[in-house]
Amino acid sequence: MDKKQIKPALVTIGPVTVIMVLLIALPLIYVAVMSFCSIDEYYNVTFDFTLENYMRLFNADYLKIYAQSLGIAFITTVLCILIGYPFSYIIARTKSRRKKVLYMLVIIPFWTNSLIRIYGWRTFLGNSGWLNGILTALGIVSEPVDFLYKSGTTIVGMVYCLIPFMILPLYTAIEKLDDSLLEASQDLGAKPVNTFFEVILPLTMSGIFSGSLMVFIPCLGYFFVSDILGGGNTDMIGNLIERQFQSGNNWPLGAALSIILIIVTLLLVKVYQKMGGDMDALGV
Amino acid sequence: MKRKRRIKRNKILGVGFCALVYLFLFLPISVIVANSFNATTTKPYMSWKGFTLDWYVKLWENTSLLEAFGTTMIIAVVSTLLATVIGTLGAIGMYKYKFKGKGLIDGLLYIPVVIPEIVLGISLLTIFSKAGIPRGMITLILAHVTFCIPFVIFNVRARLAGYDISIEEASMDLGANRLTTFFEITLPVLMPGIMGGALLAFTLSIDDVIISYFVNGQTKTYPLKIMESVKSGVAPDVNALSTLILIGTILFVVLTQGDLFKKSSKESGKEETKYEKKKHGKKVFVGNAFSNTVYDARRMWFEDWQYGNR
Repeated sequence: MDKKQIKPALVTIGPVTVIMVLLIALPLIYVAVMSFCSIDEYYNVTFDFTLENYMRLFNADYLKIYAQSLGIAFITTVLCILIGYPFSYIIARTKSRRKKVLYMLVIIPFWTNSLIRIYGWRTFLGNSGWLNGILTALGIVSEPVDFLYKSGTTIVGMVYCLIPFMILPLYTAIEKLDDSLLEASQDLGAKPVNTFFEVILPLTMSGIFSGSLMVFIPCLGYFFVSDILGGGNTDMIGNLIERQFQSGNNWPLGAALSIILIIVTLLLVKVYQKMGGDMDALGV
Repeated sequence: MKRKRRIKRNKILGVGFCALVYLFLFLPISVIVANSFNATTTKPYMSWKGFTLDWYVKLWENTSLLEAFGTTMIIAVVSTLLATVIGTLGAIGMYKYKFKGKGLIDGLLYIPVVIPEIVLGISLLTIFSKAGIPRGMITLILAHVTFCIPFVIFNVRARLAGYDISIEEASMDLGANRLTTFFEITLPVLMPGIMGGALLAFTLSIDDVIISYFVNGQTKTYPLKIMESVKSGVAPDVNALSTLILIGTILFVVLTQGDLFKKSSKESGKEETKYEKKKHGKKVFVGNAFSNTVYDARRMWFEDWQYGNR
């Protein structure tokens, strides 16, 4: 580097480097170190080397929760695709003059704090909640139905929180679709179903991939959704970690649990990168 | 004839489907707004007992809630300012200079965007506790600055992509020094990206639950205050405050982006050159930036990553 450039380079890059190293890299390394530590009787972290935390990760209760988390995250992602795709397709390709408004209407609900909105669901679905009120008033049910504290409720909450992450990349991908390609496919005699699977879907696959990544990963960590709507019956990995750092006070175990999340994230990002590479080769 | 009828049927199905999705998206918001007028006074404040405006009055007596809201605003403003300054400088530096470890910094910037927030939260908690920094306002601000910086950088970087560095050289050749060039040339050109990043940082900061939950100590932000009361039942005055905030944000958008509701404009920001965009003035872009909430930023980052940086 030119000597004259050293000062401006330091001024510009210095602060961000300090923050990224001290508050991103260092803490993550520290968590990795801590996952090999143990605690004394006062719940203080003692720095010795042990694999005990990792052994405990294979405890049957935990394994059940991992399976449950992955299951909930998977179903949430699939539901987001199934609802988000047709929805994005319609609003991205509408000829309506209100297209931009339709797009904004997806975003507006998310300006209210996510906790409040999840609590809104609870108010709606609770035993003395609105849905039960309506159902009883209409005489459809005589006793309130238990909607809360089921994995289905947690999934509704997760889909609700995360669906914009699916809709927005899909919207972008679909909006880029070239009309002439669709016409060409039609003119050459393809049925709508074939046009969809042979032309539209491959061209918008990038949106599905990035959307899925953005739904699946956060889902594993959104502990407050399963707390409020699942009431402890539908714990996610996030809930396990949260408990170790708050009430459980076993930080090393919590650190080891976080390492699982980090590994899952890295794996998925790698897979995504691989897929992305293929997408480029296809000219998407 | 048959084909026409089928198209019509499909159209009705499509509109119906979208209406259902919008219903799903707005359902809890409507519950919140409606509940802020609910006359019930018994926990958990769920069943409907008639209309009242009491909660909007009671809100002003709930000092701890208002205080928490004030804390949230202070943290949001301070972290936004810091993250915007640090992020903008960083984006410019990383664009202009080649240095060792640039790839590493780039990689680190992606972490807060992809990693589950809870991991970031606990890792900051452990490091703050190790360093002996008492948890409170300071740690909250440090945490918020940290997760906001990448979003500012990606926004500014998107702007830099079309930036012609030779105009800086021209400015220096004409006798301006480095600082004057920075404030007179670089900053104005990058301004839309910077403002977009700042707005995004602000939105992220006021909405953050998970990371704040781990680093807050005794300091309560507005979302954390809500979290506290979730178990016993959120009082309708919280709903009243949320309703007011929602109205405030919508007003802001309508005022800054009024044209959105009038004409259909197919042109998006991307198709305009930066000079045209500048000509159109500030008003339009603030609105646009506001619609680019976190979701857009993440998307932008993915595109950036997918097509540009690899």
